[in-house]
Amino acid sequence: MSARPVIVHTLKAPRVEVGPADASTQLHPAMNQASSAPEKPLYVRTRAPEWLPQVLAPVIGLALFVALWAIIAKVGGRLPDPVSTWHSAVDVFSNPFYRKGPNDQGIGWNVLTSLGRVGIGFGMAALVGIPLGFMLGRFRFLSDMAAPVISILKPVSPLAWLPIGLMVFKAANPAAIYVIFICSLWPMIVNTAVGVRHIPQDYLNVARVLNLSEWTIFRKILFPAVLPYMITGVRLSIGVAWLVIVAAEMLTGGVGIGFWVWDEWNNLNVQHIIIAIFTVGIVGLALEQGMILLARRFSYE
Amino acid sequence: MSERYLQIDKVRMVFETRKGPFCALEEISLDIRAGEFVSLIGHSGCGKSTLLNIVTGLLQPSEGDIFLANREITGPGPDRGVVFQNHSLLPWLTCFENVQLAAERVFGATEKKNAVKERVHRALELVQLGHAEHKYPHELSGGMKQRVGIARALSIEPKVLLLDEPFGALDALTRAHLQDELMRIVAATGSTVLMVTHDVDEAVLLSDHVVMMTNGPAATIGGILAIDLPRPRDRIALAGNRQYVALRAELLEFLYRKQMREAA
Repeated sequence: MSARPVIVHTLKAPRVEVGPADASTQLHPAMNQASSAPEKPLYVRTRAPEWLPQVLAPVIGLALFVALWAIIAKVGGRLPDPVSTWHSAVDVFSNPFYRKGPNDQGIGWNVLTSLGRVGIGFGMAALVGIPLGFMLGRFRFLSDMAAPVISILKPVSPLAWLPIGLMVFKAANPAAIYVIFICSLWPMIVNTAVGVRHIPQDYLNVARVLNLSEWTIFRKILFPAVLPYMITGVRLSIGVAWLVIVAAEMLTGGVGIGFWVWDEWNNLNVQHIIIAIFTVGIVGLALEQGMILLARRFSYE
Repeated sequence: MSERYLQIDKVRMVFETRKGPFCALEEISLDIRAGEFVSLIGHSGCGKSTLLNIVTGLLQPSEGDIFLANREITGPGPDRGVVFQNHSLLPWLTCFENVQLAAERVFGATEKKNAVKERVHRALELVQLGHAEHKYPHELSGGMKQRVGIARALSIEPKVLLLDEPFGALDALTRAHLQDELMRIVAATGSTVLMVTHDVDEAVLLSDHVVMMTNGPAATIGGILAIDLPRPRDRIALAGNRQYVALRAELLEFLYRKQMREAA
């Protein structure tokens, strides 16, 4: 602590010499008792608060984006401009939960229906993928067995699975859920398995030296050590699932944000399509941020 | 029984490598009495940690046997308390929970939950960390973490305490402090200790016997130095003690003249 005022004064020194010595001692009587009790700094450089640029930068970015959009709308003609889209959005969101028949529902219902599908498909993928990942990480042979299948199926676009889903389930809704399931599966398997393989040997030595039971090893060492990796897998999965649901719903129809986009395209209501794009983006961002918060809760460094 | 409490009998360790078999340890025999403090010292790579890992049970010797209190050691087990060089605390558990994990394993089946918790408290009090029970490892200094590691090893009331360069990663002042602490703890608990070290002062200060290992490959015991300095020992008083200085010189002579490492 005592170093602090000293630094202030050494920084101060040249500045004082610039002005008339007399005035400076009068203005700052503390100068003379420099090295004694800590005084408040004689001179504080006024600087903008640190949070200001952090807030300002995204605001400017968004403003530029909207401006660019407005220009393109003006020049291009067919694209609705930001203002009319805003009015339309206010209208859409003023009554998000109306129901006028199966094909005409509020945006709230559409988003919730899509989230529900993602939730179910994703939940089932977690139930299958995480235990599978643990097994692949723990047993080399299983992992070598699964490697070629996973490597081939992982890069396949989830939508390529849709026809098979439609054929097997003979209905749109389970087919969409099944597509979410398939595309959520891989990141969770792979990340969990990597996490299990990366457990520091030190921790496993502790378990061996104490001769802990397999169940205790799982609860106290494997699971907490793998948790951050698992959450990364979950985060990637949710991201992909939310990407895919829009496309899947466009193809399957019914209720859902993806179907809503397609429906508004058929109605040639481009403003609503733009609103849907932003809605999808904001919901995806919220999901991602939620997972990041969760990950932070379970990181131990 | 106290004459040969921990008995290392003609242990030989050969590792299979890509370039063929590599003999790390050759014909190691060593008897340790109950309540004795024995250090293994040697240059890095001489296999002293390998020997400790064999006693720990993490490695199986290629030949030879190890007996602890007349029972053969066939694998790791909680009759031995191990303190690792890098503390190896689980970062998601508090100090208390880290020690509890060990205590619960050994006494959970026979004692009530509160009795086990009482053991954990006592172990942490013994290393003077009662106040930090509910802190996580990342909130502690390196020395404190290592003390929790010692508490974890002691909480299971092991037959022998095995220390693998326990203070190697600490700064000199903290190390000195923990050495004093360890002497106090060992005196209070009457523990039998086998410690790996490469610090000459540490070996002389703490040990009853110092086992000097020759350089690998095929390392073996080059000599055993008996340290019969009276206890309790005080590092400041010993610094000028003639016997201490002579023992220290003997160790240095062994390490730096007889077992000189080429360009080490």
